[in-house]
Amino acid sequence: MKIKKCDVAVIGSGPGGLAAAIAAKQHGAKNVLLIERDREPGGILLQCIHNGFGVEIFKKDLPGPAYAQHFIHEAQSVGVEFLLDTMVLEITREKRIFASNKSEGMLEIQAKAVILAMGCRERTRAQVRLPGARPAGVYTAGTAQRWVNVEGFMPGKKIVILGSGDIGMIMARRLTFEGAKVERVLEIMPYLSGLMRNYVQCLQDFGIPLQMQHTVKRILGNERVEAIETVAVDDHWQEVRGSEEIIPCDTLLLSVGLIPENELSRQVGIHLDPLTAGPFVDNYFQTESEGFFAAGNVVHVYDLVDWVTGAGLRAGESAALYARDCLPMNKKIAVQRGENVHHVIPHYLDMGSLNQREEQLQMRVTKPLEQPVKVQVMNGTEVIASKALPYARPGEMVTISLKDKHIEPLKNAEQLVVQVVKRED
Amino acid sequence: MDKSLQTQSIICVACPKGCRLQIQRDGEEVLVSNQGCKRGVEYAIGEMKDPRRMVATTVQIEGARHPLLPVYSAAPFPKARIFELLAKLRSLKVQAPVKEGQIILENALDTGISILASRDMEQ
Ligand SMILES: Cc1cc2nc3c(=O)[nH]c(=O)nc-3n(C[C@H](O)[C@H](O)[C@H](O)COP(=O)(O)OP(=O)(O)OC[C@H]3O[C@@H](n4cnc5c(N)ncnc54)[C@H](O)[C@@H]3O)c2cc1C
Ligand code: SF4
Repeated sequence: MKIKKCDVAVIGSGPGGLAAAIAAKQHGAKNVLLIERDREPGGILLQCIHNGFGVEIFKKDLPGPAYAQHFIHEAQSVGVEFLLDTMVLEITREKRIFASNKSEGMLEIQAKAVILAMGCRERTRAQVRLPGARPAGVYTAGTAQRWVNVEGFMPGKKIVILGSGDIGMIMARRLTFEGAKVERVLEIMPYLSGLMRNYVQCLQDFGIPLQMQHTVKRILGNERVEAIETVAVDDHWQEVRGSEEIIPCDTLLLSVGLIPENELSRQVGIHLDPLTAGPFVDNYFQTESEGFFAAGNVVHVYDLVDWVTGAGLRAGESAALYARDCLPMNKKIAVQRGENVHHVIPHYLDMGSLNQREEQLQMRVTKPLEQPVKVQVMNGTEVIASKALPYARPGEMVTISLKDKHIEPLKNAEQLVVQVVKRED
Repeated sequence: MDKSLQTQSIICVACPKGCRLQIQRDGEEVLVSNQGCKRGVEYAIGEMKDPRRMVATTVQIEGARHPLLPVYSAAPFPKARIFELLAKLRSLKVQAPVKEGQIILENALDTGISILASRDMEQ
C-alpha cells in the first residue's frame, strides 16, 4: 500500500468541505486533499435543485448545484487535489486515513491536520418509531429528492409527507411539478419546523393541506403502502381519540429532521455533544482532539448554506495554521447555554482571538418567542453583550458577536452563559 | 372587475421573518398594512397584480453521466404559467456537454425570461 502525504485532508466535498479546502490552501497549506465518496464533488447540494442558495454570499438566488459549482471551480483553481469515488473507512488519532477506491483499492493517507466535513443525514423511520406494517413506499424526503432530481424516477403518485421540515415541503412542490398528488403534510408539533417561506411557496401555492399537531398512527398495506391512518395529538403529544382519518396513498415521505453525520468522528474518539450530535468545538472549529477540525453540518445543522460556507472557511484557515504550527493556543473559556437556548456553537472561546476579529456565537432556541426578545451573553455576574431581536424561533439560528471590547469583562470569567429571553419595552 | 373593497391576509416571503400582511384592494389600489418593512409592500403589490415565482426543475440530457440536467428560471416566472412552462421543458432534450448558466430555453413562453442550466455537465 502506498502512503500519500498531505498537510490538510478534508473528508467530504459538500459546501463545508469545499470552503475548508479552499481556505486551507489560501492560508498556506501546501497539499490539500479533498476526499469524497461520490463520483463528483458538491455534496447534498447536487440534489437540491431548487433556488434559495447564495443570497448572503453572492446576493443572488441560486439553485443548489450552481452554488456548489462556484466553489468547485474555485477549489480547482487554487489547486486543491480531489480524490473522488473514495470512501474514508477509518482515521487514527495519529491522523492516518484509510480509504477505499475502486481503481486503486485501499489507500493510506498521512495528514498533518484533518477536517471532518461529512455533512448530516436524515432521521429515518427507526428514529421516529412508526407503528404498522412495513410495506415498500416509505422513504425519507431526501432519498426521494435524489431519485426525482438526479436519477429520474418518481417514488409514487399519491403522497403523504410526515414532518414540516424544509426538505419535505420542497419535495411536496417538486413532486407536484412532476405530476404526483401530495395529499397531506402532517406535523406533530404546534408550529412549522421549516421556514415560513417554504410553507407559502411550496404548500400554499399548490393548495397542499398542512395539518399541525397531527401524526401517522398506522401504515396500511402489505406489499406496498395503500393508506396512512392519521391522528391528531394534544399539547402533551397524546393521541386524540376519534380524530383518526384514513388517507389512501402509495407513498409516505419522512421529513423529520437532520442529524450530523459523525460515525467517523466517533471512531477516532472525538468527543461529541449529545445536544448537537456534533463534536465539541472551539471558535477555530477545532474539536477536542488536537489537529482535528470540523466544517459545516457535521458540527450542527445550519439553516443556510451560506453559513455552512462561512464555517468551512474558518475551519480550513484554522487547519492550515495548525499544519504550519501557528494556530494560537491561549486560555479558552467555556460557552454555556442558559435560558431558552438549546445549544451554542462554539463550545469554547479562545480569548486571544478576540484581539484579531469578531467571534460569532451561534445558537438555537428551545421554544419560540414571538414577542420582542433579546439574546444576552453573561460572564457569570453581569451582562456583557446584548442584542435585540423581533422574535426567536427554533427553526432559525440566533447569533450574537463578541468583539475586542469584551475581552476586559471576560478576563476573570470561568465561563460565558448565553440566553434568549423576552424584552420588556 | 369588482370595484368593492376586499380584504385579505397573506404571508410575506421576501425575508424569513414571514410577516402576515393585511391587504385591502380598492379596484387598482392596493393598501398594505402590518408589514415589518417596506419590502413587504412591494411584495404584496406584486402578489396582487402579477404573482411570480422562481422555477427550478430538470430537463433530459443525452451523453452525460446523469439522465437529468437541473435548470432554473433566470428571474421569477409568472405563477399562473408555471405548469405550462414545466410541460414545455419536459419536451426538451439537450446534449452534453453543458456549462452552468448556459441558456437552455430562451424567452420561455414569450415572457422574456430564459431558462438556464444549474450546473456543468460533461460528456
Ligand atoms: C436530503 C437533504 C436535503 C437538504 N436540503 C437543503 C436545502 O434545500 N437547503 C439547505 O440550505 N440545506 C439543505 N440541506 C442541509 C445541507 O446538508 C447543507 O445545507 C449543506 O449541504 C451542508 O454542507 P456540508 O458540506 O456540511 O455537507 P454535505 O453537503 O452533506 O456534504 C458532505 C459530503 O461528505 C461526503 N462524505 C460523507 N462521509 C464520507 C466518507 N466516509 N468518505 C468520503 N466522503 C464522505 C458525502 O458524500 C458528501 O458529499 C439538506 C440536507 C439533506 C441531507
Ligand atoms: S414585510 Fe419586511 S420584514 Fe416582514 S417578511 Fe416581508 S420583507 Fe420581511
